Amino acid sequence: MIMTNVNTVPGKKIVEHFGIVQGSTVRAKHIGRDFMAGLKNLVGGELKGYTELLQDSREEAMRRMEEQAQQMGANAVVNIRFATSSVAQGAAELFAYGTAVRVE
Amino acid sequence: MDILLQNFDLVIFLLLAILGYTAGSLAEKRHYRSIIKREKELLKMAVITAEGSFPPSKVKESALVTGSVVVSIDYFKRLLAILRNIFGGRVKSYESLVDRARREAILRMKESAKKQGANMIINMRLETATIGRNANKKKTVGSVEAIAYGTAIIMN
Repeated sequence: MIMTNVNTVPGKKIVEHFGIVQGSTVRAKHIGRDFMAGLKNLVGGELKGYTELLQDSREEAMRRMEEQAQQMGANAVVNIRFATSSVAQGAAELFAYGTAVRVE
Repeated sequence: MDILLQNFDLVIFLLLAILGYTAGSLAEKRHYRSIIKREKELLKMAVITAEGSFPPSKVKESALVTGSVVVSIDYFKRLLAILRNIFGGRVKSYESLVDRARREAILRMKESAKKQGANMIINMRLETATIGRNANKKKTVGSVEAIAYGTAIIMN
């Protein structure tokens, strides 16, 4: 599966469009990590636990999007966009969407 | 000694502020040094925000690359920002926080593109979001997430 965030797949020609595909996931971190992040908040700097968590969740959202595209019979997703929103305290929603296409 | 014990919460508050100031500014300086060093190393990897067009014979492969980081502000700077809220104006402590987060995210994206053997990244996009316990309160930012993503091009 080819993924890009431009209108086309560079160097290839799109032969068929399948419309929008999307994937999302809502994640919360466990209480230990939250506590550690609270401590880290005092001295500042990177919150590695959160970075990893969000990275994993984004990959999960992309995997779901990919599955949806595969079911449609696409072999590429173009124009991918990401969005993050916090739906509740301590939980974040990661959302990915794009257009499923078939390239030569 | 008695005065110290009587104002115990004030002592804790001062200790936290001093800890935040020393550890926070040390960490920030170190982070900036590492950012500048890595930016120099990765200067050859071109990143553009335009799409560009490529002839089919030149492009071998293209793939999505992302980089993300969550950075938090220290206790002392948070206090400064709250004070700044009274008078308004530039909030320098948050400016450097967001600047660090964005540059780090771009660097991570470049590193992952380099690992895949890419020559350049096109259509780079940046996004920021507030994450964590304070995310739903409007006034406090606390920690910020920066995401950079783009399409890596591997040329023939």
